[in-house]
Amino acid sequence: MPLTKQEWLALEKKAHELRRLCLDTNYWAGSGHIGGGMSIMDMLTVLYHRYLNLKKEDPNWDDRDRFIMSKGHAGIALAPVLVDFGWNDREQLKTFNHTNSKMGMHLDSNKVIGVDASTGSLGHGLSIALGTALAARIRGKDFKTYCIMGDGELDEGSVWEAGMAAAHYKVDNLISFVDRNECMIDGKTEDVMALEPLADKWRAFGFIVKEVDGHNFKELCDAIDFALENKGAPVMIIANTVKGAGVDIFEGDYRWHYGAMDEDMYEKAKASLEKYYANRKARVEKEA
Amino acid sequence: MGLTFTAVESTALSTAEYYGKALCELGEEHPEIVALTADLGKSTKIGMFGEQFPDRFINVGIAEQNMFGVAAGMAKAGLVPFLSTFSTFASLRSADQLHSDICYQNINCKIIATHSGTSFGQAGSTHHAICDMAVTRALPNLTVICPADGMETVNAVRAAYENPGPYYIRINRGFDRVVYPSSDYEFEVGKAITLNEGTDITVIACGSGVFQALTAAKFLENSDGLKVRVLNMHTIKPIDREAVEKAISETRRIITVEDHNVNGGLGDAVASVMAELGKGCAFKKLGLQDEFAPIGLHEDIMSIIGIDSNGIIEAVREVMKKDFEEDDDWEDEV
Repeated sequence: MPLTKQEWLALEKKAHELRRLCLDTNYWAGSGHIGGGMSIMDMLTVLYHRYLNLKKEDPNWDDRDRFIMSKGHAGIALAPVLVDFGWNDREQLKTFNHTNSKMGMHLDSNKVIGVDASTGSLGHGLSIALGTALAARIRGKDFKTYCIMGDGELDEGSVWEAGMAAAHYKVDNLISFVDRNECMIDGKTEDVMALEPLADKWRAFGFIVKEVDGHNFKELCDAIDFALENKGAPVMIIANTVKGAGVDIFEGDYRWHYGAMDEDMYEKAKASLEKYYANRKARVEKEA
Repeated sequence: MGLTFTAVESTALSTAEYYGKALCELGEEHPEIVALTADLGKSTKIGMFGEQFPDRFINVGIAEQNMFGVAAGMAKAGLVPFLSTFSTFASLRSADQLHSDICYQNINCKIIATHSGTSFGQAGSTHHAICDMAVTRALPNLTVICPADGMETVNAVRAAYENPGPYYIRINRGFDRVVYPSSDYEFEVGKAITLNEGTDITVIACGSGVFQALTAAKFLENSDGLKVRVLNMHTIKPIDREAVEKAISETRRIITVEDHNVNGGLGDAVASVMAELGKGCAFKKLGLQDEFAPIGLHEDIMSIIGIDSNGIIEAVREVMKKDFEEDDDWEDEV
């Protein structure tokens, strides 16, 4: 179903609220992986509020779609989403990263409701997602599996082991994303360990590749709709994103992989998010 | 449950083939069981399951890390995966996935790792598993089992299915000397089995060391008049503390036997029970003395590193010579 203007604006509003909650969590926690959290917030929003087939009253519903966040350090983005979804207590965000909190920077699937896999060590998620996708096939279930990987983690060989197997087994109930924010801890991906030509690499591994603006809901929806209709091969959506999207002092700066804000920066960041939201709404008016 | 395996059919079956048969039998009863391998379906015998249930069998190619991750996802989505590769790869190549995806999440994955210890002797140290028990013992939630032979492998595999949570079972390549003529005996995870009663010294063994310890005990009884207690410590974690404590207090001399480095395996598991108990005991760990093994036939390597019956006999005599307080007053030794 094509995205209507009204739906698009609703997603923008939700994404804005979640970006703000992610920013607040980073502030309450004292520090956090704010850069890579913000870069996937639009993807998380569209998945949790348009695509994932979930039952709010039963987080462990056997037929639910699965979501594996391979870039586990973006827990600071997923936790607000799962709180906002109603599955976890909002107050828990105020304890994020605190001693004995249920919510740490890499979310624990046995402690945080709605987390389908504990991730953190990079390069694991696509294998786990392939496992849930194959389980659906073996069990005769219709559920889909979605997976988001960071671009830096594609350096891990295990990602490509999983990719080879997904194509070999023609896994078409698995929809994967690369959060292509071009940053990793030590610098830009192309400086630390070049990934390009990335789309060609995934194609060579047997994937159907869609490249989109990861901050444009229409493009994201078109790509996911395509993937849901696609048969016989896995789909990789390379989402071109901006690290720290929405906050001008973070944007595109790899040093904001992990960081802390003082009171002044926090205020400026909140103001920046408001401006970003206004620009996003203006874009919808223009493009919808 | 299921069939009882007996030694009648054992002449032609390797330990891994018993595993394959036991898994197929479980697979018939339980459709949620799936099997995964990394291009070692034939070698590990998990391929027997694949032949019988092709739709529930995944070969990931030579990619152990992916296999462990895929299995974790399958377990998360309601299946019970059995994974098989060689022990050294299961414990080292994919250790990060074993740690984070399987043990940390505490999910229902059963790792049946073959070619353990030096049983793939001629392949050399790249294919010997001499630290897998050290690695797996250190992983929370993981139960670690080293069966004595084919029959015990059958029981261990069934127990792994029946008990939720991650299991690591290390079995040998090829044929094991028969300790149990039938699978019809009492096998309980975490409970050592006394195979020979004795009061002079206890030999605590696992895996291929169990048969050797029994052989040594019988010999020593006839030749030296020694009563050697033999414990089959099939479960490495959780270790049977009670059996170790009993051995310490009742025999005061202990030798451990493992086809593994003496650092981090059965010997250290026993030693830590002893140390925490605070009771003195003459003690010796047999196994690889923090060195890589030579290449050769498994039985030759066992002889060279002193974990065959001759090595155990020699060690028992040595430990029996140790001057050790024989009184019953433990307090003065704490």
